[in-house]
Amino acid sequence: MKVNVLAFGIAKDIFGGSSVEIELPENGTTQNLKQSLEDRYPRLRHLVSYMVAVNNEYASDEGLLTERDEIAIIPPVSGG
Amino acid sequence: MTPQSGGIDIFIGTVRDNTKGKTVIRLEFEAYEPMAIKEIQKIADEAFNKWPVQKLLIHHRVGVLEVGEIPVIITVSCAHRDAAFEACRYVIDTLKQTVPIWKKEIFEDGEVWVAAHP
Repeated sequence: MKVNVLAFGIAKDIFGGSSVEIELPENGTTQNLKQSLEDRYPRLRHLVSYMVAVNNEYASDEGLLTERDEIAIIPPVSGG
Repeated sequence: MTPQSGGIDIFIGTVRDNTKGKTVIRLEFEAYEPMAIKEIQKIADEAFNKWPVQKLLIHHRVGVLEVGEIPVIITVSCAHRDAAFEACRYVIDTLKQTVPIWKKEIFEDGEVWVAAHP
C-alpha cells in the first residue's frame, strides 16, 4: 500500500520536501515505516531521535497503518 | 484574573541574541498545527486536573522572530501562588517536550534546527 508521510523541521530538509510517499506492505506497522524511511533517508539515523504521529497522535512502533491515516514524522521538538 | 484568584504566574519566553556564545540573528518557528493544538489542549487539561487552576493561557507564535521578540507566553491564575508557580512551570516544561513545534536558529554563518542532533 502507499502512505503519504508529512515532514516538519529538519525532516523536511532530509526528505527535500514537506511530504513523501512510501510503499508499505498491507497492514504495515510504524516500525516498518521507520525502516523504509531510514533505508531511503539514512540521515534520519543521525537524529537524536524522532517520533511518528498517526492522525495527530504519537504512535507506538507496533501501530498498524492504513492508506487513510494522516502520518507525520516528528523530529525532536523545540518549541517554547 | 478572577475575584477568587490570589496569584497570577506569567512566563514570557523571549528570543535571545546568542546561543553558547554564538550570535543569533533570528529564530524561525514551524508547527504541525493540528497536532500542536491537540497536544497543547492535553497539557491544559492536565494542568487543570493537577492544580486548582482558575484561568490558563498558552500562547505560541510561529514564523520568523527577531531577537527580543516573544514566541511563547504562559499565564496561570490560582487562588494561591504555589499552585500558580507549579502549574506554570509544568505547562512550559511539558510544552517543550511534547508539542510538535520546531525552532531553527539562524546564525551569521549558518542555521541549526534546535535539539535535532546529539
